[in-house]
Amino acid sequence: MDVSGKSRQDLAIEVTDLKVRYRAHMDRRPTLKTTLRHLGQRRRMTRTITALDGVTFSLPRGNVLGVIGSNGAGKSTLLRAMAGILPPAEGRIVVRGEVTTLLSLGVGFNKTLSGRENIYLGALASGKALFQVEEQLDAIVDFADLGEWIDMPVETYSSGMYSRLAFSVAAHMDPDILMIDESLSAGDAAFREKATNRMHELCAGAGAIVLVSHSLQFINGLATDVIWLDKGKIKQHGTPEAVVAAYTEFAKAKKAAAISRGI
Amino acid sequence: MQRVWQGRTYLYFRTRAELKARHFDSWFGQLWVVLNPLLLALVYWLLFTIVRRSSHGFDFLTFLVGGLFAYYYTRNAGQAGSTAVTAGGSLIANTTLPRVLLPMSSVLTALLLYIPGLAVYAILHLIAGFPVGGQLLALPLILFIQTVFNLGLVLVLSTLTVYFRDTSSFLPYVFRLWLYLSPVLYRFDEIQGTSAAGPAHVILRMNPLYPILETWHQVLSDGRWPDQGLLLIALLWAVGTLAFGAWLFLSRERDFAVRV
Repeated sequence: MDVSGKSRQDLAIEVTDLKVRYRAHMDRRPTLKTTLRHLGQRRRMTRTITALDGVTFSLPRGNVLGVIGSNGAGKSTLLRAMAGILPPAEGRIVVRGEVTTLLSLGVGFNKTLSGRENIYLGALASGKALFQVEEQLDAIVDFADLGEWIDMPVETYSSGMYSRLAFSVAAHMDPDILMIDESLSAGDAAFREKATNRMHELCAGAGAIVLVSHSLQFINGLATDVIWLDKGKIKQHGTPEAVVAAYTEFAKAKKAAAISRGI
Repeated sequence: MQRVWQGRTYLYFRTRAELKARHFDSWFGQLWVVLNPLLLALVYWLLFTIVRRSSHGFDFLTFLVGGLFAYYYTRNAGQAGSTAVTAGGSLIANTTLPRVLLPMSSVLTALLLYIPGLAVYAILHLIAGFPVGGQLLALPLILFIQTVFNLGLVLVLSTLTVYFRDTSSFLPYVFRLWLYLSPVLYRFDEIQGTSAAGPAHVILRMNPLYPILETWHQVLSDGRWPDQGLLLIALLWAVGTLAFGAWLFLSRERDFAVRV
């Protein structure tokens, strides 16, 4: 975490010319067998993919940044790089504050254990201290609203119950800087509404938020800034109204082009 | 380093969850953990006693059980720990948890699974009338050295598995061979036809598990304080393995999120 004199303290996140590269493997599971088999051949089994190609932006404290773009545009990569999970190939990321990530539901869960035990596992895995988990335990149990199922093994849950539990754990993190990746499709209609309300509460309480979503409506309702990523580059950065409108236009044009090509 | 220390609560909960998932909190679960090496000891005992018609009695069975349990501690840690990183894929892709906690949890789990085995061995030890005395105080030290070695081994194996996913399927053969080359089914001084200073012996003694298991037998079967020089060699192997494992793991861990 860089707190040099020049950096502006009211910026929660500063990203400068960020590049992230993957080495994609042709064989999905690299094994010793395939490595040995390809040893003699000159053919390279990996391909370098530039997932983010020179991304620069900053996010002041108190703002909610929405990230939109088509599949493979680099949205999740950007989130993971800012969270410190993926190392940047080039560029600089400065994050001032404690990051809580909500990148996927049910991280760290052990399905043979009860819902209550998984609350501990999930929350501790995302970096919370034990006392924080214990403070929030009742609130999480209430929010998930699973009744007596909370003490049953998670493997007996329906997928809706599972995502309700997972969302409840994730939504009680008291985040400073929150990074969310598309995790709101939890449970039935009633729970979804509760989840959306909870998201609004979280956004109001957190220092800064980065939100990746395919739901433009959701982005429009929550975000203060929006970045449109396309092929690893920022195509547009501005107010939600402007960027979402431009993106919708672009998506429509692409669809029309696809139809006219007869796909 | 500080973040690893902060992660100790997670380490504790993860290990407890792992044990609970194996029903280790019930008697039957603990019996199950002990049963496998115990039956294996029985098989080797039958093999040596009946087939070769040598005069191996209950003493030999006790010796086998003590050695096999100790050997299985390393084997279980290595086998389960080899997939610690790859099996923790969603944790690695979605959290900033110190990655080293995953192999640490594997070793801790294996250590706790070893404890009922030690209890079973203690009973056999007493029934067989094996020596009991002050030298038993050396056992925790040897166990500690073995744990340090296991952690180093698991760090190496779990890193290798990220790059070669079939590592864990080769391991059973490696561990089987390692068992035969370690002083578990026999002591090295029982090997006939070669002198103790011969090249075969020198190579056998290069085995990092040799000083650990040999000092273990010195205390349990011979009833004497372990050879200090041998103990030092065990410690050097353990520390060396841990240093190499930690270097390998930590220099590669930034790569894990992309690879798993």
